[in-house]
Amino acid sequence: MPLPYYVSPEQMMQDKAEYAKKGIAKGRSIIAMEYQDGVLLVADNPSASLYKISEIYDNIAFSGAGKYSEFENLRKAGIRHADLKGYMYSREDVTARSLANGYSQSLGTIFSQELKPLEVEILVAQVGEPGRPNEMYRISFDGSIFDERGFTASGGRAEALQVYLKDRYTSEAQTLKTALALCAAALESITNQKLPLEGLEVATLDRTRVGRKFRRIPPTESRQILA
Amino acid sequence: MPLAFDDQSSSFFDYLLHQRPDLLPGSRGLASENSVSMPEESRGVVPPPFSHGTTVLALKYERGVLIAGDRRATEGFQIAGRRMEKVFKVDEHSAIAIAGAAGPCLEMAKLFQTELEHYEKVEGVQLSCEGKANKLGQMVKANLPMVFQGLVVVPIYVGFDLKRAEGRIFKYDITGGRYEESDYHSIGSGGKEARNTMREHFRKNLSEEDALTLALRSLYNAAEDDVGTGGPDLVRGIYPTAKCVTASGIGDIEEERMSRVYAGLIEELKRGA
Repeated sequence: MPLPYYVSPEQMMQDKAEYAKKGIAKGRSIIAMEYQDGVLLVADNPSASLYKISEIYDNIAFSGAGKYSEFENLRKAGIRHADLKGYMYSREDVTARSLANGYSQSLGTIFSQELKPLEVEILVAQVGEPGRPNEMYRISFDGSIFDERGFTASGGRAEALQVYLKDRYTSEAQTLKTALALCAAALESITNQKLPLEGLEVATLDRTRVGRKFRRIPPTESRQILA
Repeated sequence: MPLAFDDQSSSFFDYLLHQRPDLLPGSRGLASENSVSMPEESRGVVPPPFSHGTTVLALKYERGVLIAGDRRATEGFQIAGRRMEKVFKVDEHSAIAIAGAAGPCLEMAKLFQTELEHYEKVEGVQLSCEGKANKLGQMVKANLPMVFQGLVVVPIYVGFDLKRAEGRIFKYDITGGRYEESDYHSIGSGGKEARNTMREHFRKNLSEEDALTLALRSLYNAAEDDVGTGGPDLVRGIYPTAKCVTASGIGDIEEERMSRVYAGLIEELKRGA
């Protein structure tokens, strides 16, 4: 009987990480950015029906970069987690922090135990009540979790986006218009070509809304906002 | 966070059924066994027909559907609550009103709200009006074991069907049977009196004001004859609750407007007496 090959744990983790990173870098990018009324999410997504950004709960949104089938499953699991919690306790007890923890646990377990890691990077954003801070969490393929302020980017050439935004983002007085223009310019800068507004998926978590804060902004409305 | 992603259903109800049956109304997983909740002598006994103290009604008018209910809750011969809400907004274009045991009623309303929101978020689109009505039927059917323990839940569902551009009313029986009503319906212990009043005064395409007056008149008449139904409480200023479901969404009818309509109604009754 042939002996199984010995692979050191370091080597195995490194290989898995490389594999996942390669997969995620192949995809397109997503930006989440705070503005005066909440959080803006913009994704480079040519499809008008296969969404990368989605509502999870009253004031929580989700976006996934990487492999569609994989982050779609995570999205559904997130909605179940949130609805179950809201049903069991109360609507205000559903928080982005607990959701992000859940994602981190899930992704971490899959990364270390399964043969193939998930090729996804996830953003969970929560808009705060007036006077309270927003929360943005980026969860990586290996379950590592980053608490972000101001803006964050995931998928595709996320690092280049971070660099681009770091120089240009100012935290005070970002209106929806300036934030959207900055996100669109950032996405254009890494693709080196003009992105039509139809190719951008835009949504906001708007704290001025009553009840459910999540809202999709169709291309026609983005055009009006930018005009 | 559940790792079991194999269940691809978009239904929150199914999710609870498979993952957390203990959270379902009446926790059927536990109750269906011959457990403590079902005494020996009651097994196999068909319960008497239930008429829980309540009157809730729905009627169509020119812009959509009006749904209203009284506020009384009873415990045997005692009044347990004067401010009970029996009409619930479910989503932007539908509402339910429930007659039956208070606890399970509230639970079913909450579960139905979560169910519709869950579906909308997972699928990215809302269920159709018909789909929502059918789903509620399944939930009423799932409650059937509890009926034999005396915990009846019977709803009316009203929705504005955006495709057909009209309001619709659905009634249910305890087995989950779903029947569409063309004009109006009411249920609960005072339901018959309310229906009689509506039968007499209902016209097609009533204005909102007339529909509201008719709804309140029907509730008033139900409260006259039925101990389980509360009339307007002028001392405490408690009036029935009503919502209108139209193409532009669902709206509450403010208490001020209620009191104005009641004032007119009482004036009319005094003249008649």
